[in-house]
Amino acid sequence: MVSAVLPKLKEPSVIPGFGTTLGFTLFYLSAIVLIPLGALVLRAAGLGLSEFLTLAGDPRTLAALKLSFLASLAAASINAVFGLLVAWVLVRYDFFGRRLIDAIIDLPFALPTAVAGIALTSLYAPNGWIGGVLEPLGLKVAYTPIGVVVALTFVGLPFVVRTVEPVLRDLDREVEEASATLGAGRLATVTRVVLPALLPALLTGYALALARAIGEYGSVIFIAGNIPYVSEIAPLLIVIRLEEYNYAAATAVAAEMLAIAFLMLLAINLIQAYSRRRFGHAA
Amino acid sequence: MDISVRRLCKEFDRYPALNGVSLEVGSGELIALLGPSGSGKTTLLRLIAGLEFPTSGSIYFGKEDASQKSVQERNVGFVFQHYALFRHMTVIDNISFGLRVRGRRNRPSDAAIRKRASDLLDLIQLPNVANRFPHQLSGGQRQRVALARALAIEPRVLLLDEPFGALDAKVRKELRRWLRELHERTGHTTIFVTHDQEEAMEMSDRVVVMSQGRIEQVGTPDEIYDRPASPFVFSFIGDSGELAVTIDRGEVFLDGRSLGPLAEGLPDGRARMFLRPHDLEITDDPAGAISGEVATVRRHAATRRIEIAVGEKRQRIEVAVPATRGFVPEGTQTFRPVRCRLFPAN
Ligand SMILES: Nc1ncnc2c1ncn2[C@@H]1O[C@H](COP(=O)(O)OP(=O)(O)OP(=O)(O)O)[C@@H](O)[C@H]1O
Ligand SMILES: [Mg+2]
Repeated sequence: MVSAVLPKLKEPSVIPGFGTTLGFTLFYLSAIVLIPLGALVLRAAGLGLSEFLTLAGDPRTLAALKLSFLASLAAASINAVFGLLVAWVLVRYDFFGRRLIDAIIDLPFALPTAVAGIALTSLYAPNGWIGGVLEPLGLKVAYTPIGVVVALTFVGLPFVVRTVEPVLRDLDREVEEASATLGAGRLATVTRVVLPALLPALLTGYALALARAIGEYGSVIFIAGNIPYVSEIAPLLIVIRLEEYNYAAATAVAAEMLAIAFLMLLAINLIQAYSRRRFGHAA
Repeated sequence: MDISVRRLCKEFDRYPALNGVSLEVGSGELIALLGPSGSGKTTLLRLIAGLEFPTSGSIYFGKEDASQKSVQERNVGFVFQHYALFRHMTVIDNISFGLRVRGRRNRPSDAAIRKRASDLLDLIQLPNVANRFPHQLSGGQRQRVALARALAIEPRVLLLDEPFGALDAKVRKELRRWLRELHERTGHTTIFVTHDQEEAMEMSDRVVVMSQGRIEQVGTPDEIYDRPASPFVFSFIGDSGELAVTIDRGEVFLDGRSLGPLAEGLPDGRARMFLRPHDLEITDDPAGAISGEVATVRRHAATRRIEIAVGEKRQRIEVAVPATRGFVPEGTQTFRPVRCRLFPAN
């Protein structure tokens, strides 16, 4: 229960190098993130308002953006639930093959996304192993928005598992025991004691999985089928516009994606900051 | 609620942490479990709480066999050494947790829960911290909140694992007195673990001395200090020195010199003689006295401690003399044992 206090600007601090590290951070952030994104915004601004609105309001663009963000939200939510479960099992139980599963979790990080996309497509296609089972039940996965969600879930899973796992591992067992001695059953202990403690880490994992899903391209385009208005994602649309040498339209879609993604991540960060304060984690 | 522990054994991966421990705790008693690190104190406490299950043996709460019950059903108040407060809950939420998680049928009304929590805050003398989070409290305050949380469920027994272990000396002293008073007022059967013997002696009605998964002695602080049942208890409790002696028909010999008929009823042969620093007096009469060379002299509160090296083996023992004597002995001195304790050497 040690609470560290972040040094405020200009306040003398025992942690050395605050000025230097802050300077470096700002420089680094500018070079790697802000300048390229700034260029994008400038470019979009150069379009002029009415042209930008026409391009941004294009129905095909809107459909692609809607699919991208809804599918990403769905995938990140699925990952939040199942990633938490996987992390729980990995930390709390010792079973044969635990190390193997542990290693498999990281595969979506390492695999070229195209490989993942092709593998998923062949599994979920109507004649694939899983697709063949689902098809008679009336559930089509490949070449539909569901396929998009499947691919995005695949690439996002490690983020949740890997952010929740260390926090869960460090969670004090005594706190759960205290809850039990106070009469709380297992379910009450998990929902009232364990989950609130994991919430900040879970939100971080959620944000990372979401961010990754929004930007994902390689694994999706194979399984999605890329039917305009149905299963075409925004990053793909940008590439299509670029290939048509329609830089203005590409820029408009990109700027819209940037704005929405930024707002979503900002919202998650705010919730997180609130929950950290609320739940007494070191600010 | 009286507690009866019967021939309790606990093994961790075949390592015996408890070896047939039996203990009777009377209703309303305050009992200390005292022993060196690794002696099984925490294990015993956790078994009583139901946080651990025995390899064999049983635990009775009053007439009922508690060994069959889960930790939730046992209704014990457990205070952890590092408090284990819920850090995402305010103090008041921490304290009311045990009442709020009850099934709808047993749960008091919201108003009753709030009332109980604020009464407990008064009891622990922290009425103004209700809405703080645990990390905004000092160690001593957290400890008291942990205690209030345990008391909220009206436990049948209160179990505390090194309740003051992580606090500084002054706060410890205050909390000790406070807990003793609280115990007198509320009358909970209480078992607490400590490895601070002063704490055990000062606070408890009876002390349980443990070593290597066994109980060495159970008794009042006086009994433990004045009539230790084993060499372990003698050397573990208080300061003591030990001399190797031989017994011949009740007479004690140190390096062939008689110390007098101190060992009546004890078997002949080699024996261990235990002495406390206050059990020796400076004397001029060499008959029946221990003589040794003064090694060091140290000031120890109101006394001076003289360490002497005795006999051929230069066995070291400590003697306490009043500091007011202003007397700094040198060379060889003789001491007469006023009291001592002998155990056959094995
Ligand atoms: N979960 C466990 N797994 C394996 N061994 C354990 C476990 N808990 C305790 N032990 C062992 O049992 C023995 C008794 O441990 P216990 O914690 O009861 O000692 P203690 O008297 O409380 O010591 P301390 O004063 O250091 O807290 C120790 O040797 C310890 O290593
Ligand atoms: Mg212990």
